[in-house]
Amino acid sequence: MHRRSLLAGAAALGFAAPAAVRAQARTEIQFWHAMPGVLGEIVAEQVKRFNDSQASVTVVPSFKGSYTDAMTGAIAAWRAGNPPHIVQVFEVGTATMMSAGPAIRPVHELLAQSGVALDPKRYLAGVRGYYSDTQGRLISMPHNSSSAIMWINLDAFEKAGLSTTDLPKTWKQIRAAAEKIKAANAAPVAVTTSWPTWVMFEQMAAMHDVPFATLSNGFEGLGAELRLTSPLFVKQVEYLLALQKDGMFRYGGRDNAADGLFVSGEAAVSFMSSSLRARVGKEAKFKWASVPLPYHDDVIATPKNGVLGGASLWTLTSKTRTPAEYKGVAEFFRSISDVDQDLWWHKATGYVPITLAAYEKAKAEGYYTQNPGADAAILQLSRAEPTPNSAGFRLGGMVEIRNIIQEELEKALQGQQGATAALESANRRGNVVLRNFERANKA
Amino acid sequence: MDRKVVFNQKLLPYLLLLPQMAITLVFFFWPAGQAVWFAFLRQDAFGIRTTFVGFENFTDLFADPLYLDTIRNTAVFSTGVTILALAVALLLAVLADRQIRGATGYRTLLIWPYAIAPAIAAVLWIFLFHPSIGLIGRALNDAGLPFDYKLNGNQAMLVVILASAWKQVSYNFIFFLAGLQSIPKAVLEAAAIDGARATRRFWTIIFPLLSPTTFFLLVVNLVYAFFDTFGVIDALTKGGPAKATETLIYRAYVDGRVNLDLGSSSAQSVVLMIVVILLTAIQFRYVERRVHY
Repeated sequence: MHRRSLLAGAAALGFAAPAAVRAQARTEIQFWHAMPGVLGEIVAEQVKRFNDSQASVTVVPSFKGSYTDAMTGAIAAWRAGNPPHIVQVFEVGTATMMSAGPAIRPVHELLAQSGVALDPKRYLAGVRGYYSDTQGRLISMPHNSSSAIMWINLDAFEKAGLSTTDLPKTWKQIRAAAEKIKAANAAPVAVTTSWPTWVMFEQMAAMHDVPFATLSNGFEGLGAELRLTSPLFVKQVEYLLALQKDGMFRYGGRDNAADGLFVSGEAAVSFMSSSLRARVGKEAKFKWASVPLPYHDDVIATPKNGVLGGASLWTLTSKTRTPAEYKGVAEFFRSISDVDQDLWWHKATGYVPITLAAYEKAKAEGYYTQNPGADAAILQLSRAEPTPNSAGFRLGGMVEIRNIIQEELEKALQGQQGATAALESANRRGNVVLRNFERANKA
Repeated sequence: MDRKVVFNQKLLPYLLLLPQMAITLVFFFWPAGQAVWFAFLRQDAFGIRTTFVGFENFTDLFADPLYLDTIRNTAVFSTGVTILALAVALLLAVLADRQIRGATGYRTLLIWPYAIAPAIAAVLWIFLFHPSIGLIGRALNDAGLPFDYKLNGNQAMLVVILASAWKQVSYNFIFFLAGLQSIPKAVLEAAAIDGARATRRFWTIIFPLLSPTTFFLLVVNLVYAFFDTFGVIDALTKGGPAKATETLIYRAYVDGRVNLDLGSSSAQSVVLMIVVILLTAIQFRYVERRVHY
């Protein structure tokens, strides 16, 4: 009797299930991302908001490890014929993705085919420029954007007798402040930096309107050549070497390895991603401020915009994809570009808003007066109309080029070579990478 | 003392071999074959545009002074790891082999590190050697000895050698201990009666009798240092600073997975494959002949 009712139940379920599926018939969209921990939870929430808002599409987010893991994983999946619909790719992977031709579907094409209207003008200029082609058409979808900004330990500044309101704006003022911090022994480390290449080379090139590479930093073609030996970079590296020689600069390692030096209170000044705001707010046991990066006032009077970091979303193709699936992706993109959704994302993560409207709304709400410094990255990204030197970088093998610069910089900081030798060597090795990429990607 | 099983027909033995053959073919020969084929190609990350370039990936590799540096690093690293891991393990095994109270406890504790994943092991070493948060790193800096493995290449090499060797000591310890316990007590007692002191007994009796074990461990440790230390290096130094701790296997990883240059990475894998084949050949030719089970 008992068994029979169970059987009947199972049968009923068996018949009911397909009917239920047919009734809902939600298109499933796979979304691979690389946001760990708290950020991953916020991405899940971002997706859930979209899933709950409509009845036809379900986006399924999966965490795939580091940015490199997510990107190489998606590429391998595409090669195997079963890629995710959406993959999050960090900004330095942009050129590689863009040259992937048949493997990707550019955002402007996707939107047009799906009949979803999204005006590219709604995105912040600095954000839009990085992910657009030369005709200004959006190729990938802006998602999480940050910029490198300057972080200052105000307790250390106070201890050294420095002003905590009139903060340094130029590299000269940083040096003067570092001297006082060292003299007063206000912090074990006066200056350090995260992301040595991103901050000291890419940001500086953009802000001082100096080319990092020819052909508009690679936007105009695969034939771009690095210009790392130009006077600005020599000046920058010599500045760091002198600061290190006088005991005011500590090299904290590659990429974001130096983040801890500032958060622990050891370093008085550091240059890190603006997306660290949540972590600094939680972990720093001292007063701090975040302001735009310093510049050389003898090179440029008013600095241009900085470049962004972070990642964007790419639509991958597959032979078995249906138009409904592409439309689902487009709907999801529209959802994250929605003003309120974007504003929520900005406040929850500390990434810059991707749309102008969300930024204006946050400003009108008084968000930046309550959270001073939360707009440092936005101001830095949008303070000037991007020039060919400050729009971004479209260089193949950018990850490798970044590492090469870090390696040569490390050799210089070890005392093995001078600034000019380091830059010449980085330039030569980086150009080999560019030429190999050009060869591999020529039609 | 040969033991032979005789099958009456040929079908059954082949059938029994089949699963193993299938696994070997699918998981070893197929990917290895693909690596060899890719080594002669140049392609973009997605494999959309592929050109056959012959031996160019190999000539590029050996024309690159940085690759030659990597070979040198690997030599220094593997020699350091092997010597350190063998010496420490032998010392510990000899000490643990004595009649002491709680010998089993010591032995168990010494075997523990082997069970720790490389990445975790590396994190433990970061807590020891990190210039600002590590116990030893801080102590050294406070004592006026500038220690910063994030910038000093030699110190970085030292740290990765220490961390990698530490993980392998346990493995070596087990083998050495087993080797020591199988040395006939009568020989040692006879030597003692003849008046040979402990040091002399060790070098003239124990060490030569242990030599098959030592030789076997030498090859195993070299293979370990060559291929299994990726996790430690990745977590501790990422091959830096300035490529000071980049070994052959780490470079193959970086070029293939981070730089997405599959051609060069495959060529490097082929070079490594040749190294393994050589090491295995040496092991079979010399070691198998001398180890008496």
